[in-house]
Amino acid sequence: MENAISFNIKVWRQAGPKEQGRFEVYQMQDIPTDTSFLEMLDILNEQLIEQGKEPIAFDHDCREGICGMCSLYINGHPHGPATGATTCQLYMRRFHDGETITVEPWRSAAFPVIRDLMVNRNAFDQIQQAGGYVSFNTGGAQDANALPISKVDADEAMDSASCIGCGACVAACKNGSAMLFVSAKVSQFALLPQGKPEAARRVKAMLQKMDELGFGNCTNTGACAAECPKQIKLSNISRLNREYICAKLAD
Amino acid sequence: MWLTNSSVGRKVVMSVTGLFLILFLTFHTLMNAVALFGFKYYEAICEFLGANWYALVGTAILAGGFVLHIIFAFWLTFQNRKARGNDRYEESAKPASVEWASQNMLVLGIIVLCFMGLHLCQFWAKMQLPEIMGEHPQSGTDALALAFGNWWTLPIYLVGFCALWFHITHGFWSAFQTIGTANEKWICRFKCIGWWWATIVMGLFAIEAIYFTLHFNNIINC
Repeated sequence: MENAISFNIKVWRQAGPKEQGRFEVYQMQDIPTDTSFLEMLDILNEQLIEQGKEPIAFDHDCREGICGMCSLYINGHPHGPATGATTCQLYMRRFHDGETITVEPWRSAAFPVIRDLMVNRNAFDQIQQAGGYVSFNTGGAQDANALPISKVDADEAMDSASCIGCGACVAACKNGSAMLFVSAKVSQFALLPQGKPEAARRVKAMLQKMDELGFGNCTNTGACAAECPKQIKLSNISRLNREYICAKLAD
Repeated sequence: MWLTNSSVGRKVVMSVTGLFLILFLTFHTLMNAVALFGFKYYEAICEFLGANWYALVGTAILAGGFVLHIIFAFWLTFQNRKARGNDRYEESAKPASVEWASQNMLVLGIIVLCFMGLHLCQFWAKMQLPEIMGEHPQSGTDALALAFGNWWTLPIYLVGFCALWFHITHGFWSAFQTIGTANEKWICRFKCIGWWWATIVMGLFAIEAIYFTLHFNNIINC
């Protein structure tokens, strides 16, 4: 394996939400393969600043795969070609010498571009605010044996709770649907006794907000689960449907 | 009304009507299969259904299911295209686990719709429709002879069956996922059952169409 690669990087540049965007190609020389993708963009930005050009705007924060801020659509995949990893966990050893790497922002009507590769994902916060919480005081932690929860349910709730809300599911979906995100947020409570008292209100409120914000209808292509960096399962969507249908039938 | 106002509700309508149409296709192919054993039995079924009140009620419900399924398909697709936004990805890669059919359901549905138009002209318009209008209907066997006597009928039907096969292999498990009956185990099971169901039903339709073509072109005489 080469220790350093040279390649072209084709990046979406857009000055503002209302501006017309376009691709620009930059040449990168001798980038060590141990460099992370975001570090490579940092190197590119330093070069652009030295040349007196505008650096590329992109979202990032923790750079260890837990905050959900990084959001790049690389070579046709949200978070790039690696599976079960966010953009910040992607390394240049995944790419080849002489390759052209295409980098785009998430594209969805509900996630408008703010600048370059940065999109506004406030819609996810609004869905969470609509019901993605437990509103009552749960008090101090009680003895674990007082509230038995099966290992299967506890594991599944934990898996659902691992969603970091990055929006890769929406970016991957040809319908711009947010069902995987909403289903993970509904499931993490629906599976546990603490979430049950407000389950019906939660699912109705979150789904209504999701529809209001202009996300698409799920057609079960499964692209969301296939591209999710936290490998949230498609079965969550069926649980969301079940919770919603039962809540509506009970009305 | 949540069945029209919410995304899950609209999908439930697609799901229930879709499952109903799969059930109809299953009965349809089984009734056709009777002709393989002798056209007099097929005539008996045509006579039993005809334009009797129960057949008319069934046809009306069926037509309603079709219309709802088609209207909702266009409505959902329109909304989904709007949600996707105007900017398309420069480069897009399909993950290996994503079925081709799942991303092309509308196109497959339109092919099925065109095929269905021809099929209704060839059979329904000559059998049940004249009877409703009070005219003399054509016998089932005559309609079969007229349609499958043409060389071009078989290839068109086979294309229609292929489109239906793809449409159902995705539609079957997707319908159960939408009405909330799936989980990690049952997604695989529904996919497997759907594959076999579509293959058996469409395979039987294809065998029937090939048999009728060979029979009415005097290539085989059984």
